[in-house]
Amino acid sequence: MVAITQSTPRAPRRRGRRGSHSGVPAGRGVFARLTPYLFLLVAVGLLLLLTYLPAANMLWYSLTDWDGLDLEKNFVGIDNYVQVFTNPQIFGVFGVSLYYFAGSFVQMAIALYFAALLSYRTRFSNFFRGVLFFPYLINGVAIGFVFLYLFQPGGTLDTVLAWVGLSDPPQWLGDPDIANYSLAATSVWRYTGLNFVLFLGAIQSIPGELYEAAEIDGANRWQQFWALTFPGIRRIIGLSFILAIAGSLSVFEIPFIMTGGANGTSTFVIQTLQTAFSFRQVGLASAMAIVLLAIVLVVTFIQRKIFPDEKVELS
Amino acid sequence: MSTALSRSRVGSAASTTVKYVSLVVAVVITLVPLSVLVLASFKTSTEFGQTGPFDLPASWFNFDNYVEAFQKGGMVEGFINTSIILLFSLAGTIVIGTMAAYAIDRFNFRGKPLIVGLFLVATLIPGVTSQVATFQIINGLGLYNSMAALILLFMGTDIISIYIFIQFMQSIPTSLDEAAMIDGANRWTIYWRVILPLLRPAIATVVIVKGIAIYNEFYLPFLYWPSQGTISTSLFRFKGPFGAHWEIIAAGTVLVIIPTLIAFVFLQRFIYRGLVQGAVK
Repeated sequence: MVAITQSTPRAPRRRGRRGSHSGVPAGRGVFARLTPYLFLLVAVGLLLLLTYLPAANMLWYSLTDWDGLDLEKNFVGIDNYVQVFTNPQIFGVFGVSLYYFAGSFVQMAIALYFAALLSYRTRFSNFFRGVLFFPYLINGVAIGFVFLYLFQPGGTLDTVLAWVGLSDPPQWLGDPDIANYSLAATSVWRYTGLNFVLFLGAIQSIPGELYEAAEIDGANRWQQFWALTFPGIRRIIGLSFILAIAGSLSVFEIPFIMTGGANGTSTFVIQTLQTAFSFRQVGLASAMAIVLLAIVLVVTFIQRKIFPDEKVELS
Repeated sequence: MSTALSRSRVGSAASTTVKYVSLVVAVVITLVPLSVLVLASFKTSTEFGQTGPFDLPASWFNFDNYVEAFQKGGMVEGFINTSIILLFSLAGTIVIGTMAAYAIDRFNFRGKPLIVGLFLVATLIPGVTSQVATFQIINGLGLYNSMAALILLFMGTDIISIYIFIQFMQSIPTSLDEAAMIDGANRWTIYWRVILPLLRPAIATVVIVKGIAIYNEFYLPFLYWPSQGTISTSLFRFKGPFGAHWEIIAAGTVLVIIPTLIAFVFLQRFIYRGLVQGAVK
């Protein structure tokens, strides 16, 4: 690849920064042309080795019945994909994502509420901002334990409920009807801080004079929010919405750490990894991973169509 | 006029109350789950069994659970391993990432759009599920069950750092490169002596963002290094042997959170900026 490029465009380089300093020996010229590739060598090498080669392999594995060990892989066509879509035990798991998807709406609403509050002058605003954001930084396993402790029978949550007279609480993580709500709530606790900081940054980048003008015109805070704040952050809300879809399809850490996928809390990613590493059906697992990849790509494509430039400037 | 004014004053007093009440509620909901764990971590085993989650421990100087978590829970091993992984992965990411960013930002070369495209598309591939196939690569390289596997993966799957470096490099004027070139410096010297030192703020951002991500990473060490623990996997393994001993699990959890808290308190500004940059890519 490098050899081919040697014979190619010399012109822009000559005209470029190097200028036409004479007396550059031929050997050095070749070296100079190779320079950008040398700078990129390791990064691109690792990218191909650890991202694209696995992706290509995954595509190939997904058409075989490979178990991850055999030397031979039998080509089975689209059988694995048929199974992904027809076996309710596999595709049905996407239903669990709905809990997290609903949770992400709650999360965005809470984040938006507090971002709007803290965009006004507030005492201890740094403290409040810090506390709201901090959960996002905590180690996932630690969060898992924090909430296992909170939800355990007779634990923190049950004690608080007993104070207000609710003495017969359900099994928060043991009851399949409730476990997913508990886990989605944990996820809300963990990720609200990120949404909040994103929203706050967007709100603070709206010029303050607009609010002063609105104030003079007699607009109350509610009116100010709908007329000024909301339009200013519509884009970041849209982006968060798309991220919420992709995120809730690929939920993994919280259910894996807290319940291991038991009691109907398994997600598509947990299922994929179990299929690959516990049941040794690498072919089927690859097909599952490809399906997820395809869905994420479609979602991202839609995002790019709706919000062509999704960058957010922060103060 | 005066009634309208007083009404708005009453309204704003009410809304101020609502505001601070809701902030305090949010703080309580955030901090209570964490605080009860701190309380539990200071209790003895029998004390834990007899008291409720909100009862204060008999002694605030009972560090037995912490000692137990450190020694039997493998937290020492976890902290050491995570530190070594952090050191090598971050050093590698900085060198590889800044070099790549330098090439992409400061050179025109054949295949550049292709390479930039490869980096961009790679951000879309979900990290966890592709381990199904990445595992075979790591295994094929003979790196399964080693720290090297993790360092390699952390160095190799980092596109956001390159993106942060490129963004920052665009603000460094190319006249600096040209001046150095007139002085006879070659490209490597420029990279090493001019660009790299000027990239320090971006490097700080990457160290913080990536450092937190590596510190918190759970699945990669869980999958690729089963024989030893990092912070996350050591803590995860508390589930088995200490299953009934919440006071020790609590101590371990607090130990894992403390470094994050310290980092957050001292590096707030960088963390907000960096993580937000990373999140919206």
